[in-house]
Amino acid sequence: MSTDGIGARVRRKEDYRFLTGNGHYVDDINRPGQAYAAFVRSPLAHARIRSIDTGAASAAPGVLAVLTGDDAKADGIGGLICGWMITSKDGSPMKAGGHPVLAQDKVRYVGDHVAVVVAETLDQARDAAELVDVDYEELGVVASTATARAAGQPAVHDEISDNTCYEWELGDKAATDVAFSGAAHVTRLDIVNNRLIPNAMEPRAAIGDYDRGSDSFTLYTTSQNPHVHRLVLSAFVGIAPEHKLRVVAPDVGGGFGSKIFIYAEETVCLWASKRVRRPVKWTAERAESFLSDAHGRDHVTKAELAMDANGKFLGLRVHTIANLGAYLSTFASCVPTYLYAPLLSGQYKIPAIYAEVDGVYTNTAPVDAYRGAGRPEATYVVERIVETAAREMGIDPAELRRRNFIGPDEYPYQTPVIMTYDCGDYNASLTKAMELADYGGLAARKAEARARAKLRGVGFSCYIEACGIAPSAAVGSLGAGVGLWESGSIRFNPTGNVIVNTGSHSHGQGHETTFAQLISSHLGVPTDQVEVVHGDTDKTPFGMGTYGSRSLAVGGSALVKAAEKIVAKGRKIAAHLMEASEADIEFKDGKFTVAGTDKEKSIQEVAFAAYVPHNFPPDLEPGLEENAFYDPLNFTFPAGTQICEVEVDPDTGVVEIVNFVAVDDFGVVINPMIVEGQVHGGIVQGVGQALCEAAVYDEGTGQLLTGSYMDYRMPRADDVPSFKVDMTVTPNPSNPLGVKGCGEAGAIAAPAAVMNAVIDAIGADLQMPATAERVWQALQAGTKMAAE
Amino acid sequence: MPITVKMTVNGKAVSRDVEPRTLLVHYLREHLGLTGTHVGCDTSQCGACVVHVDGKSVKSCSMLAAQAEGAAVTTIEGLAAADGTLHPMQEAFREHHGLQCGFCTPGMVMSAVDLLQVNASPSEREVREWLEGNLCRCTGYHNIVKAVLDAADKMRATPQAAE
Repeated sequence: MSTDGIGARVRRKEDYRFLTGNGHYVDDINRPGQAYAAFVRSPLAHARIRSIDTGAASAAPGVLAVLTGDDAKADGIGGLICGWMITSKDGSPMKAGGHPVLAQDKVRYVGDHVAVVVAETLDQARDAAELVDVDYEELGVVASTATARAAGQPAVHDEISDNTCYEWELGDKAATDVAFSGAAHVTRLDIVNNRLIPNAMEPRAAIGDYDRGSDSFTLYTTSQNPHVHRLVLSAFVGIAPEHKLRVVAPDVGGGFGSKIFIYAEETVCLWASKRVRRPVKWTAERAESFLSDAHGRDHVTKAELAMDANGKFLGLRVHTIANLGAYLSTFASCVPTYLYAPLLSGQYKIPAIYAEVDGVYTNTAPVDAYRGAGRPEATYVVERIVETAAREMGIDPAELRRRNFIGPDEYPYQTPVIMTYDCGDYNASLTKAMELADYGGLAARKAEARARAKLRGVGFSCYIEACGIAPSAAVGSLGAGVGLWESGSIRFNPTGNVIVNTGSHSHGQGHETTFAQLISSHLGVPTDQVEVVHGDTDKTPFGMGTYGSRSLAVGGSALVKAAEKIVAKGRKIAAHLMEASEADIEFKDGKFTVAGTDKEKSIQEVAFAAYVPHNFPPDLEPGLEENAFYDPLNFTFPAGTQICEVEVDPDTGVVEIVNFVAVDDFGVVINPMIVEGQVHGGIVQGVGQALCEAAVYDEGTGQLLTGSYMDYRMPRADDVPSFKVDMTVTPNPSNPLGVKGCGEAGAIAAPAAVMNAVIDAIGADLQMPATAERVWQALQAGTKMAAE
Repeated sequence: MPITVKMTVNGKAVSRDVEPRTLLVHYLREHLGLTGTHVGCDTSQCGACVVHVDGKSVKSCSMLAAQAEGAAVTTIEGLAAADGTLHPMQEAFREHHGLQCGFCTPGMVMSAVDLLQVNASPSEREVREWLEGNLCRCTGYHNIVKAVLDAADKMRATPQAAE
């Protein structure tokens, strides 16, 4: 058995290049003769464009082209699309306003793309961009999620007068009303899920490179899904047919969802490269990232939980207004609908659930999937209201959860909101987390903190998520414009080493290591003999890319299928080589053996023979290379418990996380080291949302007030502790690896754990982020109330 | 008018004619092709561009190339031994999975190496406070801190390893 296969803490194959400065990110690539693009962006949140004077810019030194929306229209460059159709409860299709790559007639948010300048040098492009004179007629601004639909608000898209993309519902309204009418207790909660800016450390970048000789394009870009980029840019934007467009997403410095989407900038670089007959490069400044990367979350929610006298959940009612921003980004429509409400059952038996979601347009940057995408929002609603209910009912929060958990013997469990959970053991992860958190010692720690004039609190978050996105038939029936299968291919070279091509994409997740471990276990080839290739549409089979914690569950499963085909083919070759019947050939640990004999051929020997088939019979095909496509049977359902313990300084409002425990059930784990790293990173993104991060727009002007790292408060090393991370395992029955996915869990669970802890400590409800000022204000208000 | 800027980078004397407004990070990336040093922000907050100038960690976006005239600069490309053997800090990051996407990593490593020059036995708190000028979005810092503490232990045990 290989020692670097499934379950081993193999050190990452990709690390050497990153640690020695030899990574190849898009901005590290330079093409011969390359020119540079600088975008002219709207300084206003909402305005009609009266005219654009490009004269001075065109005449500036080094300028090759100044292009506007009119030029794009004239060249037949289509708008950007949203790939998921949502149907409103009245049966009408969602209303998607046009999304031109360069503004036509109107600008709709600060940072909207108005024009592009292409010049010999970056400085020349930027200098000339300043000379583009846009005459704007200012319009009224709508920037608030809660009031975007109110009467009299300006319309972001003229043809959508109420700023409403859709009014969507899920669940049984009548049954839920009945559940509430029979309830002994109803807990009600107003919840704001704060708007976030993803902030992958590598800013987005693109190089469009048109080759006149072959009339073909290459796009180097920061993408989590290069084939999806190619498909959209070909089939919808109309830049070039698919076979004339190559998309390369090389090393990508983090994505967290924000690099799934097809943006205006890379589209314009491609188009401009044909216009100027030169490669055109653009790299976002961080200020541009803040303004124009798709943002995340931004929900305003009213939630109600109905219970009987013993705290048994009877029903859940949720109404959410989801801010979609000014335009529908690539997957924006599905995030607050099908990635959100189907998770509102959490880990619990809730007989009746009814959710309504109003998707609204505002004069803000587009909002789309960000680490967790809909599932953090659902977990936050469920886990905040459950903990609030426990407090109101005087029941220990762990005990209330246990009374309502779906039991380990109740699978498959059909929730009232689409999902069929296939496995899990929620009490096991809760119990283990409580032990690690020393929940029993909490009262003593609270008393000890009180003696030091500090306030201690603890919060739980028992999350569930739907990952491994997703069965094509299921998502197709819900409105998706694509199938969500994955592809993989395995090619043995004559000398016995292996090239693996995957349609998924790694931007920090370590696929080059994890997928090599999978091959090691299945084919007995050491990981250092396996090269995993991803991120290039010319090299890899068509694939859907990486998001929704899907790479291993879907892409890994495709590789398992391909490996099975390799073994089947190898068995034929081995039978020929050892003059045995194919039925007698067994394969284990990289060796083909003839049952009941000591005859054996290693898979490397078989591979060599496959390429030197001098005496192969006519029906035995040379070569040892197989590809496979895998469409999952179900979503996967990772779940677990996080427990956060905080200490609040009542004099300053500063929250310190003194202990943080995560116990996750990710099913089978291929590389525990990598999985733990995913959990750590996710937790800190969740902690960031809970304690410090918020994208804030001025409601009057629509200006982004948090447009740099000096205003948008990222979590730093000294803001967080080290974490206690452990696992429980229920193998996933729905895919051949038994895996569930681990990339988003930390970010999904952590906000509720942190906020429940802060609220427990200060005894007052609070919206995220729980900044020192907000906590201090809440404490002051409480003190004032107590005094009155 | 371009100016000539000379310095020593990773032990080699270099000279380039650049615009006076050229930042050190762009001198390294665009003019010397040393793309291991990254640009992650425009407000000197993220630390992806940290290099050593005359032995001390510096955010190379926060000084002009001209200000490094005559200086000895070490970038991430110059940290490992000539035979490719990783510096103990690089090795510790690998061993403890202190990197994921790798984008913040060069700055993080260069900053951490300087910490151990200043304080050979930092506490976890001291490591976290030193690194607060380096943003990482992937790791949650947990494994970075573990790596730095382990590198400190190893470098104290074999001081020559740091050289």
